[in-house]
Parts: sequence; structure tokens; C-alpha cells
Amino acid sequence: MAPPKNRRPGFSRRAQYGLFAGYVVAVLGALLGLLLIVTAWVDPAGHNAIRALISDVTSPVSSALRSSVRATGASGTAVLEYFDAGSKNAALREELTIARRKLIEARATEYENRRLKRLLGIAEADSSAIVAARLTSSSASSSRRFAMLNAGSVHGVTTGQPVRGPDGLVGRVIEIGRGTARVQLITDTGNVVPVIRVTDGLPAIATGNGDGSIDIRALTATGNVFKPGDVFITSGTGGVYPPKIPVAIAITASGDGAMARPLANPAKLDYAVVLPVFVPIVANAPVAPPEEGTE
Amino acid sequence: MSPRIRSDGEERIARLRGTTLPVISTMLGSATVILPIIATTPLLPPFGFLMLLAWRLLRPELWPVWIGLPLGLVDDLFSGQPIGSGMLLWTLALLGIDLADRRMVWRDYWQDWLIAAAATILCLIGGLVTANATGGNGTVLQIVPQMILSVLIFPAVARFCALLDRWRLS
Repeated sequence: MAPPKNRRPGFSRRAQYGLFAGYVVAVLGALLGLLLIVTAWVDPAGHNAIRALISDVTSPVSSALRSSVRATGASGTAVLEYFDAGSKNAALREELTIARRKLIEARATEYENRRLKRLLGIAEADSSAIVAARLTSSSASSSRRFAMLNAGSVHGVTTGQPVRGPDGLVGRVIEIGRGTARVQLITDTGNVVPVIRVTDGLPAIATGNGDGSIDIRALTATGNVFKPGDVFITSGTGGVYPPKIPVAIAITASGDGAMARPLANPAKLDYAVVLPVFVPIVANAPVAPPEEGTE
Repeated sequence: MSPRIRSDGEERIARLRGTTLPVISTMLGSATVILPIIATTPLLPPFGFLMLLAWRLLRPELWPVWIGLPLGLVDDLFSGQPIGSGMLLWTLALLGIDLADRRMVWRDYWQDWLIAAAATILCLIGGLVTANATGGNGTVLQIVPQMILSVLIFPAVARFCALLDRWRLS
């Protein structure tokens, strides 16, 4: 290819100034961009309004497409299901008998739990859902893991509320528009969830890796304590996430931590439920002493 | 005047298409993230940026150098990156390509691809840095697949861009 057209616009003063001004504007604009990043760093909630406006506008497109994608994806799976129907049927039947036995045990445990709680006088925290909505799109080209939920402030969603699916925790709301909300998934690298191991209540911290997996670190650093297959649920420590929501299952154990897979797959989610922020019952806040000199 | 244009109204439409098509196609590239994919890894190539590169390399005289600011801002509004990230990185990329243009005399397809690949990789790393500055904690390793995919898909985007260009000027 011949060399591209020379960008020098000839002898016209005006055109030369125009080109120069273009460069000045570009450099100043780049600095403005840097400034905006710094303000986003200092005040993360500052830029929400304008971004929420865009997501409110584009959300109908995503939701409409999403339902059609779900339909085609489901039909593909339905065909594949037939291939090993026989062996799967036998395996499922076996699983069902085990599950039924477990269910009876669980009912007994639940009953005992309720009885003990009544004895202790513990009131269940209100866990009624605020709204059920679909996840419509996500930040697929960014290194952060956000998803758009098609419910917003008109449905009673506010920032900080946890979001869960039927299988487990999905994330928490970080930005709200009128009809949409941006959800930070638990796989995002900036998200931290306090969890406990189901079997023995070993406390741990779950952090997203940004690539679909979750890093689990034990709070008690006593060598390698995790095994593949360990299931983690939210502990409720520190509020925000209500306790007893399934979070992740460990895949590989390494050092004093484990690599885990989230139990709720946001890509296959039918509906996600927004829950109210969990406020743990703590001891009464200390009463401020009366100021001196007021009497 | 092209034989296909028969009236003043048609000419006006053709001129409007000539000036707005590159901008609109780039913004649509940025808007690919509203596709209903719930991604667990950053894998979707930054189509807005690839369209910008393709237009810039195909028609160097088409846009002033500050075009990265408005288009980058639109991309930030869609992508989930902090606002300002695209404005900064896209403008830096365009300035960098201007510099490269001054150095290189003869250019062909392979050099265009090389320039686009370098710009894409640097822009993705820059995007990771800005995302990390505002609360993320990602590693470079995790965007390597996205880099490879973006570089490999660039020729297709450039081809599509050339197709649009032919329609734009018809």
C-alpha cells in the first residue's frame, strides 16, 4: 500500500491551526479522562447516575434478547438429554432414594432447630425478598465482573442489597437506575464474602478471582485445611449477606486456601432475588455520654 | 455524482451516511456488551475499540485526533469500566498511531495488523490498570485469552469496516 496521505494540510494557516488545535484538545481530553478515573477512585458512587441512565435505556434490548437466547439454549440441552437417558435414569433413581432419606433427616433437624430456637428466644431475621428479576447482560469485555439486573429503584432496590439465585449467592447491588441495577458478582475481584464451611463452621473469606472461580482463605491459618468438595455458605458476619446462603464448592485445595466454583451460575439463572441488607443483632450500641457544659 | 443518486434528498442522505456511519458503527461496536451474555471471564473482545482502530487504519484522514474522547466516553458508559478509562486509553492509542504513521513510510496489511495488535494489547492492559485502580484486583494472566481473541478477530473487523466503507461511499 502506498504511504497514507500526509496529514500536513499544506500552506493554509487556518488548516494548520485546526490540526494543532485537534492535538491540543486530544491531550487535554486524555488528561480529563485521567481526572475522571481519579474521581471514580476517590468517590466510586459519583458516576452512577449517568451510567444508570444508559442501562435503563438499553435494558429492554437485553431482556428481549435474553429470553430468546434462553429458549434456544434450553432446546439444545433438551435434545442432548436424550443421549444417555437410560444410565442417567438409573443414577437419578438411586440419588432420589438417598435424597428422600436425607430429606426426612433434615425435617427432623429442622423441627429440632425450631424447638431449640423457641427455647432460646431467637427471632428469625426477616428474609422476605424485595423483588425477583432477571440478570440481562454483563460487563463481558471488562476485567470487572458486573451484571445488569432488570429491576431498579422503582421496585425498591437500593445499593448494597445482596442478590441470590435458587442455587446460591449471586452478588450484591452496587449501582441503581430507575429500572435497572448493576450487580457486582461474587466472582468479581473486588468482592469479599465472609463464609463458613458447612460441615464444621470453619470461618473463611471468599474473594472472586475474576475468571469465574472463587478464592477461599481460612481465617485460622493452620496449614491445608480444605478438601475438594467442601461446600461454603455465608456466615452473616458483618452484615450485608444473610447467613446460610450457599456460596461455593471447593475444587482444588492449595496451601492455606482453596479454589472454589460458585454454586449459582449467573449465566443459567432464571430469576435472581434481591434480599434486604442483613443487619445482625449485635449488642446495644454504647450510649454517648451527655456533653459537659450543657446543663 | 454517482448515477444511483437521483435527487437532492438522496444526495443529502448519502452525505449524512458518509459522515455519521463510522461514528455510529463504532458506538454499536461498544454496545455489543448489552448482548445477553452473562460472562464469567472477560472474553468478549472490545469491539468498539477494534472498530475505532479499523476505521483509523483504513481512513487516516477521516477523523480528527480527539475523536477518541467522545467515542471512549460512550464505550465507558456501556462497558462497566470506570468513566474516563476509554477516553484516556483510546486517545492515547490514536496519538500513538499518529506517531507510528510519521515513522513508517510504506504500510501494508501485516503492519496494520501489527499496529492494531499492539494497540489492543496495550489498551486491554490499560483497562485492567484503570479497573484495578477503582476497586478491582485482576491479574494480567486473566485477560490473556481476551487479548489473543481480540488480536485474531481484528482482520475480520477490518474487513467488515472496509465493507461498510464501500457502502458509505457508494
